[in-house]
Amino acid sequence: MAEREVKVYTRFNRLWHWSQAGSILLLFFTGARVMGLHTLMPFQLAVVLHSAVALALLLLWAFATFWLFTTGAWKQFLPSQMGLWKVLRFYAYGVFHGEQHPYRKILRRRHNPLQALAYLALKTVLFPAIWISGLAYLGYALWDDADTSGWGLWVVANIHLLAAFAIASFVVVHVYLLTIGHGFREHVRPMITGFERVTLTPEQEAYLRQEDPSLVKTDS
Amino acid sequence: MPGLVRTLRRAWGLVAVLPLIGAALAEEAPALPGSDSTADHSKLEALKGPFTSGPEVTKACLSCHTEAGDQVMHTIHWTWDYSHPVTGQILGKKNVINSFCGNVSVNETRCTSCHAGYGWEDTRVAAPADPTRVDCLACHDRSGQYSKLDNKAGNPPLFPVAPKAKTITGKDAVVVDLAKAARSVGMPGRDNCGSCHFYGGGGDNVKHGDLSSALISPALSTDVHMSPDGENFTCESCHVSNRHALAGSRYNVVAKDEADPHLLGQRRDVATCESCHSNRPHSVTPVGMKLNDHTDRVACQTCHIPEFARGGVATKTLWDWSTAGKLRNGKPFAEEDFTQSDGKHLHTYLSTKGSFEWGENVVPYYAWFNGQVEYTLPGETFDLDGPLEVNRIGGSASDPGARIWPFKRMVGKQAFDPELKTLLFNHVYGPETDTAFWTNFDWDKSIAAAMSYVGQPYSGKFEFVDTVMYWPIAHMVAPADQALACESCHARAGRLAGIQGIHIPGTGLPPGGLAGLVLLGLAALGVVGHGFLRVVARAGGQSGKGGDHG
Repeated sequence: MAEREVKVYTRFNRLWHWSQAGSILLLFFTGARVMGLHTLMPFQLAVVLHSAVALALLLLWAFATFWLFTTGAWKQFLPSQMGLWKVLRFYAYGVFHGEQHPYRKILRRRHNPLQALAYLALKTVLFPAIWISGLAYLGYALWDDADTSGWGLWVVANIHLLAAFAIASFVVVHVYLLTIGHGFREHVRPMITGFERVTLTPEQEAYLRQEDPSLVKTDS
Repeated sequence: MPGLVRTLRRAWGLVAVLPLIGAALAEEAPALPGSDSTADHSKLEALKGPFTSGPEVTKACLSCHTEAGDQVMHTIHWTWDYSHPVTGQILGKKNVINSFCGNVSVNETRCTSCHAGYGWEDTRVAAPADPTRVDCLACHDRSGQYSKLDNKAGNPPLFPVAPKAKTITGKDAVVVDLAKAARSVGMPGRDNCGSCHFYGGGGDNVKHGDLSSALISPALSTDVHMSPDGENFTCESCHVSNRHALAGSRYNVVAKDEADPHLLGQRRDVATCESCHSNRPHSVTPVGMKLNDHTDRVACQTCHIPEFARGGVATKTLWDWSTAGKLRNGKPFAEEDFTQSDGKHLHTYLSTKGSFEWGENVVPYYAWFNGQVEYTLPGETFDLDGPLEVNRIGGSASDPGARIWPFKRMVGKQAFDPELKTLLFNHVYGPETDTAFWTNFDWDKSIAAAMSYVGQPYSGKFEFVDTVMYWPIAHMVAPADQALACESCHARAGRLAGIQGIHIPGTGLPPGGLAGLVLLGLAALGVVGHGFLRVVARAGGQSGKGGDHG
């Protein structure tokens, strides 16, 4: 068993992450404008940008979903109770007492159990909530005849806003957690270079070196 | 080879000459003189004159247009009487009370000066059933010199004109040449309709707010359709006529015209924007499609008439009758404390009429409107709870036939019977009588005489109560680039702040957004608290650094 710099984030994975991050920030900014939380751009521009970026992000999600299922990468997000308690205990207690993070990344599971659970919730609850309500909102003209009271639109708008703020909360916590442990820059780097320190069994290391030497950095 | 080249050259020469031959064959006859009418009225023997009265001209008109008189007499322009098909209320000028001069009955020869006929002197009965009493010239004179006196029940100024006589547009009366007017007839121009409709309520733009003399030859920015620099529309371009009945009503408005696109461009007797523009009028662009999403709930007028009383003519926004009757040295007086943008001073107090406020470029009042207007009719009783609504506009968010419309909200103070709880009639005009308020300044006599004239009960007591009246705004459509921007409504305290029952993004966070904001606040608080504890722990000598991130 040895820790090695292994390429865990493929180029598509990184492109996906950063375009999603950029899009979500742009959606927060334009969405907040539409809600009247700021007036830093004209309302009309905000509406057009919000719709355009949202549609582009939906397209990206379609590709990402395809990628997740065809490459098997979806298994990374399967929930597991193994070690969940330890991670929770670490964030609630250990981190204040100089303990080491209990989770060791392995090739199959690059996320700790809490992370996996959070990402799974994001992908299966919040993201569907935001895009389903968003499409309903955007396509209101297609169903407004069935919504004479306007109650349906009100519900859609409220779901959209609640989901948006929940995603914003996720972003806040997500970015904060990067400061824990080796530090912010250390934690962001893998999503840029693709390489992350992962515990490899000798068999895994041998396999990776045989398969494609560029996937593992020789020095450790 | 040279032979082929020559042939090609010849062929080319023929091709080059073809258009010239075509042009020669297609040469048209010289343009037709005159208008597109099949009759030149200036050539008609019957219109040579001389004429000594309006009805004589009408008689000449009817000698060819045999049905025209009867047609007009079946329209509201003649009857001033309207039976509402939905509410069943009996409306029309002859019957309703408004918040301007109040009532027509008992003030006839002045109020009926704008009747489309001659000599209706008692509106308690129908206008005289005589086709020759129809005033053809009011609408069809194109000589520009025809007019109606402001106090002669619709008759024009004829020789001799009384000194100081005025026309219905407030100008000094000049003798009308009836024969010249008769020979000039044509389709109505903006000035024809305007001579009555622009001066309702006793002066230019007093009543409607969106109908003023500014529309006789408006700038493009005042009215994109009626401007000579735009479409140069006449009133009838939209208010299409059918047997002399014109489309459009202020009592039963087509507030939402769900036009079948197949009917576009076909003649339909509706005066709606959609009848030409459809209910998906914006282009198929991201912005246009979003704007089209609005048309089911927002009237075209709401965005495209950003303000009314544009083009330099102010409108009366408040009329307080309660202050009328003050005299200085025993004489009526006037104050002119409002200055219009053209520098003209407008009266803010008249002993005859009370106090006024005016507005130019007025931001409308917005409300749900399904087209139904109900009036507080004479004799209708009600308890006062806030200002008395002289008319009530129907519709709400839950009414699929309703859209958000702009209105002029006229504020007033009017005579009210505190015992019978009814609106009261007033007798203001009648120089010869001793009950007319404008001559005698005595409310007791004026109201008692008016109530007795119309045969309505009156307790003998009156007071002045606050009133409001709503006038739908549909004219003075601005060029597209001057329509309201999104922010006008999609903002806190935006123009639609008073509108209930609809979700308008940008006007404030709904519950889901507020809950989300709380969630975000808690997340931020949690992160800050967690971070703070780590710093404290580290300062206490223990490493805040853990292992891997999450």
